[in-house]
Amino acid sequence: MKAFTTLNGLVCPLDRANVDTDAIIPKQFLKSIKRSGFGPFLFDEWRYKDVGEPGMDCTNRPLKKDFVLNQPRYKGAQVLLARDNFGCGSSREHAPWAIEDCGFCVIIAPSFADIFFSNCYKNGILPIVASAAIVDQLFRECAAQKGYKLRVDLETQTVRNPAGEWFTFDITPHRKHCLMNGLDEIGLTLQHANEIKAFEKKHKAAQPWLFN
Amino acid sequence: MAGKTLYDKLWESHVVREESDGTCLIYIDRHLMHEVTSPQAFEGLRLAQRKAWRKDSIVANPDHNTPTNNWDGGIKDPISRLQVETLDANIKDFGALVYFPFKHANQGIIHVIGPENGTTLPGMTVVCGDSHTSTHGAFGALAHGIGTSEVEHVLATQTLIAKRSKRMLIKVDGKVGAGVTAKDIALAIIGKIGTAGGTGYAIEFGGAAIRALSMEGRMTLCNMAIEGGARAGLVAPDAKTVAYLKGRQYAPKGADWDKAVAYWKTLVSDRNAKFDTVIEMDAAKIEPQVTWGTSPEQVLSVGAKVPNPAKEKDAVKRGSIERALAYMGLKADTPINQIQIDKVFIGSCTNSRIEDLRAAAAVAKGKRKAANVKLVLVVPGSGQVKRQAEAEGLDKIFTAAGFEWREPGCSMCLAMNADRLAAGERCASTSNRNFEGRQGAGGRTHLVSPEMAAAAAIAGHFVDIRSF
Ligand code: SF4
Repeated sequence: MKAFTTLNGLVCPLDRANVDTDAIIPKQFLKSIKRSGFGPFLFDEWRYKDVGEPGMDCTNRPLKKDFVLNQPRYKGAQVLLARDNFGCGSSREHAPWAIEDCGFCVIIAPSFADIFFSNCYKNGILPIVASAAIVDQLFRECAAQKGYKLRVDLETQTVRNPAGEWFTFDITPHRKHCLMNGLDEIGLTLQHANEIKAFEKKHKAAQPWLFN
Repeated sequence: MAGKTLYDKLWESHVVREESDGTCLIYIDRHLMHEVTSPQAFEGLRLAQRKAWRKDSIVANPDHNTPTNNWDGGIKDPISRLQVETLDANIKDFGALVYFPFKHANQGIIHVIGPENGTTLPGMTVVCGDSHTSTHGAFGALAHGIGTSEVEHVLATQTLIAKRSKRMLIKVDGKVGAGVTAKDIALAIIGKIGTAGGTGYAIEFGGAAIRALSMEGRMTLCNMAIEGGARAGLVAPDAKTVAYLKGRQYAPKGADWDKAVAYWKTLVSDRNAKFDTVIEMDAAKIEPQVTWGTSPEQVLSVGAKVPNPAKEKDAVKRGSIERALAYMGLKADTPINQIQIDKVFIGSCTNSRIEDLRAAAAVAKGKRKAANVKLVLVVPGSGQVKRQAEAEGLDKIFTAAGFEWREPGCSMCLAMNADRLAAGERCASTSNRNFEGRQGAGGRTHLVSPEMAAAAAIAGHFVDIRSF
């Protein structure tokens, strides 16, 4: 996993509530047995006029010009600004894979769906929960200013706008540590293998029927 | 001292270790798998040269990509076929307690086969790379969906890194009226709390109306907990749970059975347990539900009219109503029971168990589908459900009504196989998600109970099952 520390990234606003993972990456792409290559299909139904299929070359597909990702001013954006309950629906990790593959590493929203939220951390994406009032302000500023960027600093847990105003966000120490160092969680957990084995033994003695 | 909720008991009995910030390593008893969310996890294990920690915790089968007709023809789409064959190969390499490959007599939707084989038990932690894992909470198991990285983590370590959820109690007291099902209770709850209402919570469903539900009904309800934002739904085990499990293949036997049943009886919230949020509902007030929009919270009673965005003051909400109506091709203020449909889907892990099929068959018996309805798909949840339905003659009732009787699988719940809606087609569906494009690009989904779906198939439009 890529490490994340700081970013001064262009912001792309996606002004819809309840954006679900089917919208983020439609189901036909779930047929892949790979982890990469989903970026061009991010928000496929909103982004293209035709229906995307896995393996397709997206360079010449007809675009829906109005959709934010297709607007030249948001090209190369790394911060996705979103509304309430972002990432609801199916647990598919293809959603954060597609978002990451498209170049985003931070998502800011008033709230996220639980499974999506934890999937983000496992793929080097920092999901930031900000109050509805702050998110409103960011949407307004982003619309008003071309090339609007936000500076995100994970160490100090702060986000700064171009005017220098800032807000802080929460993150658990464990997630912060893993993200900042690009650590593989499985390796970390296996350091506790003996504790897992000891638990398993006790558990088996109490409920032998759980072990076949 | 405050007592413990069922959730607390399940959680605490699985904590391997806890960090100072409350992050825990949770031991996982049952790992369910299907072909869509597992290939990258196995790939990760291989790359890191890791083994599966406990292969006897794994119950797997392909369900999303498998066709529901012409099984002899195999899986035509080469990409789908590769995904299914990849699961075959991964299970062969890493092992499993139960594996039903494509065309096996017991193959089915993973959330249907887990319980019916007795591999889902009260007191367990159950995970699957699938959000509808919440279904298994119907047994008093702590069950929730995980992402593919977590699938890999559970495979390699038998644990999950997690934090305790908040606890919500949804108490549905009283008695539901005739024609009102577990699906209607679930949709009414989501209509009340919203699709994010349960975010951060594990929801325990209690009250007389929940106790009165069969195990099938409880599975339908817990299945939809995720649509209310909660990763896990729970119903405390009781005599019905025990009766359902007795004699199932992987349920405990002999002395273990007695010991297990005694333990399961302790899996209830204590009388003085404290919940972070309590919501009370009156079952008698719940009517048959139909979704009208593109989110499960956009739901109304069958007698209502489609909402009018002009009456909504909040701009964000107004925008989402307008967008939903445009996508759904509906005019504001249209009475729900005048909405004509093109197709009907009876199936999915929400409503494809034997009780659901019986209910749909009772409505369809001796009738024919309406001329404007192009296709009515009835897709049993598993091979066992299919055999049982055929033994009861339900398949004959469906085919006589002009419905199609198919092989088990996820089918048109998410349209990864050939079963899907064409753009603009409108479907009465017993599944759980009405998102844009869920049942096929441009397809329009209305979520309903099996009874309501069958009645819509016969009438050609939505009808109130109570006066049908
Ligand atoms: S039936 Fe639908 S919701 Fe259930 S597991 Fe299959 S695709 Fe998912």
